[in-house]
Amino acid sequence: MSRDKILAAVKKNEFTQTQLPDLEILTTLTDNPGDLTQQYITIASAGGSFVYEVADMEAIKTILHKEFKPDVKIISGIKEFDEYTYAGAVANELAHSFADVELTILQAGFGVAENGALWLTETQMNVRVLPFISQHLAVIISRGFLVPTMAQAYAKIGNTDYGYGAFISGPSKTADIEQSLVIGAHGPRSLSVFILP
Amino acid sequence: MSNSTTKSHAELAAAFNKDEPRVDWHDETLWWVRAKRDIAAHKLPEWELLRETASQIKNNVLSNLSSYLEQFEANALKNGLVVHWAADAAEHNQIIHKLLADRGINRMVKSKSMLTEECHLNEYLKEHGVDVIDSDLGERIVQLANEPPSHIVLPCIHKKKEEIGDIFHEHLGSAKGESDPKILTETARQHLREVFLTRRAALTGVNFAIAETGEFVICTNEGNADMGAHLAEIHIASMGLEKIIPERKHLGVFLRLLTRSATGQPITTYSSHFKKPQDGREIHIVIVDNGRSIQLGREDFRNSLKCIRCGACMNTCPVYRKSGGHSYHTAIAGPIGSILAPNLDMKKYADLPFASTLCGSCSNVCPVKINIHDQLYKWRQVIVKEGYSPTAKTIAMKAMAFTLSSPALYRTGGKVGRWVFKHAPFAVNNQQNPWFKHREMPKAPEQSFGEWYSKRKEEKK
Amino acid sequence: MKVALFVPCYVDQFYPGAAIATLQLLEKLGVDVHYPKNQTCCGQPMANSGYEHLTTGCNNLFVDNFSGYDYIVCPSGSCTLHIKEHLHSPEKEEQAIEIRKRVYELTEFLVDVLKVENLQANFPYKVGLHNSCHGLRGLKISQMSELVAPAFSKPAHLLNMVQGLELVQLGRQDDCCGFGGTFCVAEEAVSSKMGKDRVEDHIEHGAEYITSADLSCLMHMEGILRRQNSNVKVIHVAEILNHSSHE
Repeated sequence: MSRDKILAAVKKNEFTQTQLPDLEILTTLTDNPGDLTQQYITIASAGGSFVYEVADMEAIKTILHKEFKPDVKIISGIKEFDEYTYAGAVANELAHSFADVELTILQAGFGVAENGALWLTETQMNVRVLPFISQHLAVIISRGFLVPTMAQAYAKIGNTDYGYGAFISGPSKTADIEQSLVIGAHGPRSLSVFILP
Repeated sequence: MSNSTTKSHAELAAAFNKDEPRVDWHDETLWWVRAKRDIAAHKLPEWELLRETASQIKNNVLSNLSSYLEQFEANALKNGLVVHWAADAAEHNQIIHKLLADRGINRMVKSKSMLTEECHLNEYLKEHGVDVIDSDLGERIVQLANEPPSHIVLPCIHKKKEEIGDIFHEHLGSAKGESDPKILTETARQHLREVFLTRRAALTGVNFAIAETGEFVICTNEGNADMGAHLAEIHIASMGLEKIIPERKHLGVFLRLLTRSATGQPITTYSSHFKKPQDGREIHIVIVDNGRSIQLGREDFRNSLKCIRCGACMNTCPVYRKSGGHSYHTAIAGPIGSILAPNLDMKKYADLPFASTLCGSCSNVCPVKINIHDQLYKWRQVIVKEGYSPTAKTIAMKAMAFTLSSPALYRTGGKVGRWVFKHAPFAVNNQQNPWFKHREMPKAPEQSFGEWYSKRKEEKK
Repeated sequence: MKVALFVPCYVDQFYPGAAIATLQLLEKLGVDVHYPKNQTCCGQPMANSGYEHLTTGCNNLFVDNFSGYDYIVCPSGSCTLHIKEHLHSPEKEEQAIEIRKRVYELTEFLVDVLKVENLQANFPYKVGLHNSCHGLRGLKISQMSELVAPAFSKPAHLLNMVQGLELVQLGRQDDCCGFGGTFCVAEEAVSSKMGKDRVEDHIEHGAEYITSADLSCLMHMEGILRRQNSNVKVIHVAEILNHSSHE
């Protein structure tokens, strides 16, 4: 069995035990009390996201109405948006059936100020492929749900159980051709982030 | 077969340097990426502590690797993943082929995985009737060009957009002469979307595998790994056994370093955590050794296994920038590739540790603090001792060592040396005068410092 | 303070001017300088080529020549680093350890040991400072551009004391010149291209002289400058620090 052979070979060649470092110093050093919303907006915008500070759900609807025609396929993970197909209701459909989705609207667990990333688990996505296959993605988050860095982000995630989770920090992009940045590689062509009070 | 025909780094680099404007372009592009890395790093005052912490975590991983692997396996199994073990490239390829064959699958989509390049998986599967399409844009481009990637993060950094336009025109039907990156990317998007939607199997790499939770993380900007994995019936993830990290919270260190080091972005667009399969789907992990356990046993070289594949050492390396990734004739180019490759085949890659000036910039940008340039120096010693150095060089070195061990010989040799210098090339190899090709010889002075000093001493008396 | 002057083999043979300047400069600063006359080479050319095991003879000779001094000073970062990292002598390891601790590159000796704060020197030219990799990343005589750490430069600190001298800013402050010992012949194409690009950076920014704490880099760049029939010259940092037109 290769398994046992490999493990034995590895074990044989391991060396003096070294301790894991303390992460506490880094967490403390980066626990920034500054204006996380402003930092988030600056960094997410630089990464190609459109960030809106909005007063309420109604304000989000108004923006979405302006940006998306009524006849396109829109899926929403938020129950209040009753004019759109509720993601929970179609979660059992074949992933491929979402190929023509124009916009997906989802709620994020929290956001990270240092890099513009939003944490979503499968529960919030309803269907894993949704935030990727959709032509556009909109994510809603509350102001109080921002952390300074990835150190605090993983403290927040802790040992949560999930089947799948992802940090999403912007629209899908590539710079593979001569390092020139192109938005809209395989996933969403845009990411709109709505920050609620 | 390929062993005897492989040209050395020096020969391939000389060929690359025949087109100087292209060398300049390649150098500038990569230096720009290095500059972006510097800006990103300098935004974090805790950067050096972050590197040190990452390095210590990886040291701990390497010193407990077997137990972390077992812990990861146990947790992954609990999560409903299937775990396979491959001792070498051949076994890795066979495992994957069998997974596909058992399900009657003959087409697969694959996102970036340097391990599959190392194992030559695409060629193997092709021989066995399985069509593989690489979905990372850069990898798709080199795949269509029938070339290997020249950089682990920027696979087609050696290609100009006009060349990519020609490839896309030929294979994907884009307009002739079209070279706008936006339009070419859109062409690839349409082409690959169809691929994602029609492939029953998807293969991905693994950036980090977490022992504590049995999950693994994949980082992409394009979203191609997720598109493939979430749409396929079976997701196969290939990982080198050194990809383990102990706990989930350690991602809070590595994800802060990885992309800042690689491209200067604060994080990739997607950092996807795969823990359990979707209902009715399968996730298989193939854990690959392929020489890694041997490298672990090489005291001077084991910490090369700390590498998180950011590519920063390539971007900063002046030799890489001015010789191109293909001149390294191995899957992983640049400084890190040059310390990994000799472990696999010392004879074939005997040239690589010498493809460096030992300038040390690689070690300074490395986010996990691998002492890359020290290891290059040490590999040189090993390669010479194992007898993979040219005989002529050994003879020259012995003569040099002999002369320099004797003050008397040195003084005579010096005079002759300065005289010879006026007429003959510099340094050990004087058959073809490589110094003189692009450089003048130093002017030989009338007297050495030693001679001047003796005279002064006489005069003072 | 008894100081031994360590003059690397190629400096002794091809750039005696730099060694003379080093000696005169140290003497001007009141240092009692000795030149152990049986010295040859630090062994680096063999070691960097993978033949460190052939350097025992060189090492023993080095230990014989340089034991018993308070400091050993060398006008070359590269050779200094080699001694610091690789000088071993099976029979006289204790002496080798002492030497490894006491060996200094010239500019670090001037700044860290002599704590020089002013110099009677003038050099009315625009000068580009080339950071040699071994001086920079090995001996850390300047801050490295890759690190997130406060900037400093021992050679620049000294050069700034020289009247009339103007240091030019470079596009890439510490990219390698491509010399690399036998690399310069084994990898001739990349080596000379690296040298060419480094020289170009200095010329583009108006340097009339290129200086460095390492002559091997300067020898490489000089080879390229002279091939280009350039007016730009190379000069070892000791020659600038020792330069006074009032003499």
